[in-house]
Amino acid sequence: MTRLQHRGLNETFSPSRRAFLIGMAGACCAFGFAPADAATNSAVVAAPGDFEPTIWYSIDRDGIVTVNIIRAEMGQHVGTALARILADELEADWGKVRIVAVDTDPKWGLMVTGGSWSVWMTFPVFSRAGAAGRIALVDEGARLLGVPAHQCVARKSAVGAADRSISYAEIIQRGDLRRTFTADELANMPIKPASERRLIGRAVKAIDIPAKTNGTARYGIDATVEGMVYARPKIPPTRNGASVRSIDDSAARRVKGYIRCLALEDPSGTVPGWVMVFASSYPAAIRAADLVKVDWTPGEGANVSEQDVLAYGAMQVTDPSGGIFLVDDDGLDAAFGNASSTLERSYTTSSVLHAQLEPVNALAFEKDGVFEIHTGNQWQSLFLPVIAKALDLPQERIVMRTYSIGGGFGRRLNGDYAVPAALAAKALGKPVKLVLTRPDDMRFDSFRSPSIQTLRMAFGDGGKVVAMEHHASAGWPTRIMAQGFMAKGLNGSYDPFAIAGADHWYDVGAHRVRALSNDLANRSFRPGWLRSVGPGWTNWALESFMDEAAHAAAVDPVAFRLGMLDGKGRNAGSAPSAVGGAKRQAAVLQRAAQRGTWGSAMPKDAGLGIATTFGQERGMPTWTACVARVRIERSSGAVIVEKLTLVLDAGTIVDPDGALAQVEGSALWGLSMALHEGTEFVKGQVKDTNLDTYTPLRIGQVPELDIQFIDSSEAPVGLGEPATTVVAPAIGNAIFAAVGVRLRHLPIRPSAVLEALAQNG
Amino acid sequence: MLTFHVNGRPVTVDVEDDTPLLWVIRDVIGLTGTKFGCGIGMCGACTVHVGGRPTRSCITPVGSIPGAEVTTIEGLDPEGRHPLQKAWIDLQVPQCGYCQSGQIMQAVCLLKDFPSPTDQDIDGVMTGNLCRCMTYVRIRKAIKQAAAELRRSASND
Repeated sequence: MTRLQHRGLNETFSPSRRAFLIGMAGACCAFGFAPADAATNSAVVAAPGDFEPTIWYSIDRDGIVTVNIIRAEMGQHVGTALARILADELEADWGKVRIVAVDTDPKWGLMVTGGSWSVWMTFPVFSRAGAAGRIALVDEGARLLGVPAHQCVARKSAVGAADRSISYAEIIQRGDLRRTFTADELANMPIKPASERRLIGRAVKAIDIPAKTNGTARYGIDATVEGMVYARPKIPPTRNGASVRSIDDSAARRVKGYIRCLALEDPSGTVPGWVMVFASSYPAAIRAADLVKVDWTPGEGANVSEQDVLAYGAMQVTDPSGGIFLVDDDGLDAAFGNASSTLERSYTTSSVLHAQLEPVNALAFEKDGVFEIHTGNQWQSLFLPVIAKALDLPQERIVMRTYSIGGGFGRRLNGDYAVPAALAAKALGKPVKLVLTRPDDMRFDSFRSPSIQTLRMAFGDGGKVVAMEHHASAGWPTRIMAQGFMAKGLNGSYDPFAIAGADHWYDVGAHRVRALSNDLANRSFRPGWLRSVGPGWTNWALESFMDEAAHAAAVDPVAFRLGMLDGKGRNAGSAPSAVGGAKRQAAVLQRAAQRGTWGSAMPKDAGLGIATTFGQERGMPTWTACVARVRIERSSGAVIVEKLTLVLDAGTIVDPDGALAQVEGSALWGLSMALHEGTEFVKGQVKDTNLDTYTPLRIGQVPELDIQFIDSSEAPVGLGEPATTVVAPAIGNAIFAAVGVRLRHLPIRPSAVLEALAQNG
Repeated sequence: MLTFHVNGRPVTVDVEDDTPLLWVIRDVIGLTGTKFGCGIGMCGACTVHVGGRPTRSCITPVGSIPGAEVTTIEGLDPEGRHPLQKAWIDLQVPQCGYCQSGQIMQAVCLLKDFPSPTDQDIDGVMTGNLCRCMTYVRIRKAIKQAAAELRRSASND
């Protein structure tokens, strides 16, 4: 079972929890807020007479199916994919399907968009919801046609029997749709076999795309309301614990449009030491904030830098005490003691910024006793309670209105930016539009923590792997922001997102995995979830190490891995999401090796590297493998990635082109973090605060991509992140193959390559 | 008072001369398809045309363009069916979409200067436009597809 289900959240995904009464929508509306902007975000109110079989969709008297999407649209075309799942079971005509990005409401349950979870989480719910609606429509359609239901077939929003047919629209207009299903019936609602799918797996154009080509897509930064003032913050010298000693705005008063500034009092403790600068226009707010002088007492972290965090982590991984064990097999120490040889290596990664292109922002105001927060956000269920605490209001009096997100990548899982907007609007008694400049955004980022990991392997007779351990230290975002999502380890709770990947599917004999919370990181800044989170660094270490171990054992790196991906014991896999286990990982590895011409002769200073991962988490494995072909310029140390070959098995693919787009983007994210991205924490602040010195991948640095999916009808898993996890180690391994030097730090800078080449003689 | 043209219509605004054109377009005129990314001309999300040339509106003081003709994504084609926009939809280029107005506006000028762009031409002209979702593979394909359509329609004229 999945980790989420272990955490008691399975109810969120169970249709039985929902009000699944099949019946006509009543005149009472479950959602009481008027649409703020009909073009982008509308409250969902089914009209009387509409057929609303579940909270997830309604069908109006013209047969238009409106699907409610609780997942944030941030580039993954999630609404299109989820609506396809529902419409397929409903046997709806796709041309009649619309999607609505809903605002917060308790009835939606857990609102989170991350972890590559959306399709995986929603598939069971939406397919059963669609099936329930179809059954009710077929029954009523049959009655209206005067034939037995078993003689009827639903297709393209109509129910037909022999030569007669009645549309869903007509059934809703003329019929009496009062059929109800019990919770048990819904939980056991049969869904179609894969062979009967008519939309899932077929080509589709994403519904959100046209608006993103003509300027009409609406993001949080585009939200406006009558009478609002603009705000820009003064970001304090430390993320935590700063307090304002004094403010001098005398110079700012000369700025036309400047209104005032305000030190925020924040009962939620989200933005300690923030000073807001208000103006009648945003450029005036930018200018005024530049001129406002604030004297702060800094909090913890003011004297902490990147090397301190890594040194603290190094101490943790070396000390056998401390940390939480995910796996700790008997006999591990004996296996190391009796080993014929052992290998130990350490790997590190630098801080990484989200640098999502839309700086964080929020518009907040009170209207009719309800506080409205207009902003793009990935985890409304997490931050609604924080905003409530900050405002000292019950959650029922706060609504987060939904907008498209100009880049999530995990930054907007942390909704901290909504809090200062809300506090300012409350203090001023008028609408406040908070926008962070790029430097503000980067300084306020909850960036990916630096990490340090040590891995050890014990070899027995004949080079057989008999034991392995993996110790990983990094900041733990989940401990800071989402305690409810901590996972149970053998001796306490840990941040699953900061260690996933280390609990791999290789049979290594006795296995030990230890997760260490880098408390210095946690205190000095706010570690964040960044695309692929822990698997972005654990697999850098693990798959680099597997390559080193293969070479140490004088075995081909593909054969070495295949020998351990035997699919036995705890790696056999299980339903619903991990059927086949390690055997499926072996399959993608083999396929990638074949497509990536593994073993072929390479020109001088060029090489192939391979890596494989299971994506994000054991409970939801996306089997992933990558071959990188690189060329090294010995004079400059530049690493030129010429080609990435990726093979993924994500089970059922709902939207093939959308899936491909996710893998293209996430693979290039992996490349970007391998070679081009990485900052440094320096005395309480990140070093890079704009895109002049922080340099994500540009178009001319894109290699050839060959991406293939394994054809499968297994449960769909996730695709937003898995490719990110596999690229960096494939590149590192390819560099070793090309020029014989091993790089153990991300990002891999040309200077590090030059240094390693020099040492290698 | 400053007067210039946006998408073919004269506009008069009462702002400081050094106000970046970006905020005038977005907050004064109300055309929000042009985006704010970095404020220093490094990401290209704010790209518009001034006098037909691609211009980073976030670092262009509005006082520096009196009387100029400014085109934004909203004014590129009345139906949103410029060959580049069609190619962008056909090849499903955008992910989050935030940079794409700027990408398209930059690409329009690329195709004026290089009707049959090579990969090197595309790299050279488009390198200033960051796509954080990294839709670059599709941007390249869409530019080539649109270029082919533009050449076809030019030869039919």
